[in-house]
Amino acid sequence: MVSAVIAIEALSFGYPGRTVGDAVSFALEPGEVMCLLGPNGGGKSTLLKTVLGLLPLQGGTIRVDGEDTADWTAQRRALSLGYVPQSGAGQFAYSVAEMVLMGRTAHHSAFAPPGAHDRAIAAEAMAALGISALAERDWLKISGGERQLALIARALAQQPRVLILDEPTANLDFGNQVRVLAEVRRLAAQGLAVIFATHHPEQAFACADKVAVLHAGRLERQGTPDAIITAETMRTVYGIEVEIVPVGDSRLKICVPKDWR
Amino acid sequence: MALAVLALVALAVGAYPVSLSEIASALGLRSAPLSDAAQTVIWQIRGPRVIGAMLVGAALSSSGAAYQGLFRNPLVSPDILGVAAGAALGAVLGIYLSLPVIGIEALSFGGGLVAVTLVYTVAAGIGHRDPVLVLVLTGVVIGALLGSGVALLKYLADPLNQLPAITFWLLGSLAAFNRADLWVLAPTVILALVPLALLRWRLDVMSLGEEEATALGVNVRSVRGAVIIGATLMTAASVSVSGIVGWVGLLVPHLARLIVGPAFARLLPMTLVIGAGFLLLVDTVARTVGVVEMPLGVLTAVLGTPVFIWLLARGRRGGW
Repeated sequence: MVSAVIAIEALSFGYPGRTVGDAVSFALEPGEVMCLLGPNGGGKSTLLKTVLGLLPLQGGTIRVDGEDTADWTAQRRALSLGYVPQSGAGQFAYSVAEMVLMGRTAHHSAFAPPGAHDRAIAAEAMAALGISALAERDWLKISGGERQLALIARALAQQPRVLILDEPTANLDFGNQVRVLAEVRRLAAQGLAVIFATHHPEQAFACADKVAVLHAGRLERQGTPDAIITAETMRTVYGIEVEIVPVGDSRLKICVPKDWR
Repeated sequence: MALAVLALVALAVGAYPVSLSEIASALGLRSAPLSDAAQTVIWQIRGPRVIGAMLVGAALSSSGAAYQGLFRNPLVSPDILGVAAGAALGAVLGIYLSLPVIGIEALSFGGGLVAVTLVYTVAAGIGHRDPVLVLVLTGVVIGALLGSGVALLKYLADPLNQLPAITFWLLGSLAAFNRADLWVLAPTVILALVPLALLRWRLDVMSLGEEEATALGVNVRSVRGAVIIGATLMTAASVSVSGIVGWVGLLVPHLARLIVGPAFARLLPMTLVIGAGFLLLVDTVARTVGVVEMPLGVLTAVLGTPVFIWLLARGRRGGW
């Protein structure tokens, strides 16, 4: 049996003074992709931020490669956990290459400048995502989809063990959504464990090995997309009636709301 | 290079004009004898003031650049955390108590540091999911409170002697700058630049927001603390010798960003040079253009407003 690269046990999470959810457990092996579904305000972002150490742990354990991360510094975490936030434009006109290079931050002490080695890794990450041509472009002037790809490249430059993406396809047009998901699948094939939150159940069929549904602060439903994404789950979690329709003889399925018919 | 030329010109012009050959003599480049008057002007009066103007400009500009990155807001200036308000209250109190110049400067320096400490402590006590927002808002609130203190002292001050002195100080001037000031200002500015220079790569990451910076491996609390201490020290030292000189810390980082982009490793040196040159130019104009000295703050505002409006119009289209 392959050992888990990230293992969460009995996790309580939330903001200081307010617990959003508890008793969350899951584990991922290298190469596995987990899709996190759940309604707005259900705590998906809060859970991911707690796993990343951006919010204090309220209970339970997070292990990376078997090691408890409770005492880890931000720098140590960043060496193992790569984070792709929802892409905001930001304020300052860095070049795409400069932005991706910031992924190397954790590999240096606070005062050290990035070196040729780091630039090479950043360039490689951009090449892997097919955005080398954007390197010298202004961060504020590229499209949302390009920014999202660049943020993934930045997380890759961190050379993490686990990639965590918070709604990576929000605000993207259809083509870019498909492109980003294809990249996620490809990166997992290279051995990264991937966790991504999304609002689209179809994306789980497209690229996830596991689905977890965060509902009322609990991760009660976990398993393969086929087992979890059912009409019953959609009714309980989102309060809508859907029909799950297979697409030809592929593993893909789509959810069609009955109200639309 | 342009800065050196500017400094030479600034040394030469003024109420007592000095020739370039006299400056060369004073610097030991020529062996020709120098008149006592020229000697005094170069070494005691104009020399320190020229260096002082460059230091104040460099300090205000670089702390502005650091704060703009740290607070992710291109519109903040070095007095955002109440430094200027605290320093103003200290100086005005000193003038009100008829202290000697050195006492006024010391009170002003102390006032600036106390104000920022107060802002920082109050903001930390409030605690919030968005510490930067709370910090900036606390700065505004405490600044307003200190401002009312200044207003009260102006009201109480002797309208014949003290009030003009207070008004003059609040408008900013380097007219009283001397060698003693230089001995305080230069080491403080150089010392305070150390954390900004060392943390230049981390500052880029900080400008993405504290959450993203943490996820990328930055120890946000210590970087924020070190940058605030450095920028505050520089600003407080500058304000205590020059009074309130607005606009420089807001404007110069923008001009520098236009030339070299936002990456702090390139932005910091460019900001230092432009800031030094800009304030030297303004100060030279201030002491040569009219019969009486123009207040620096008035000149920087007159120059700053149109440039800033231009930046705003530009920023709306293309970001900073």
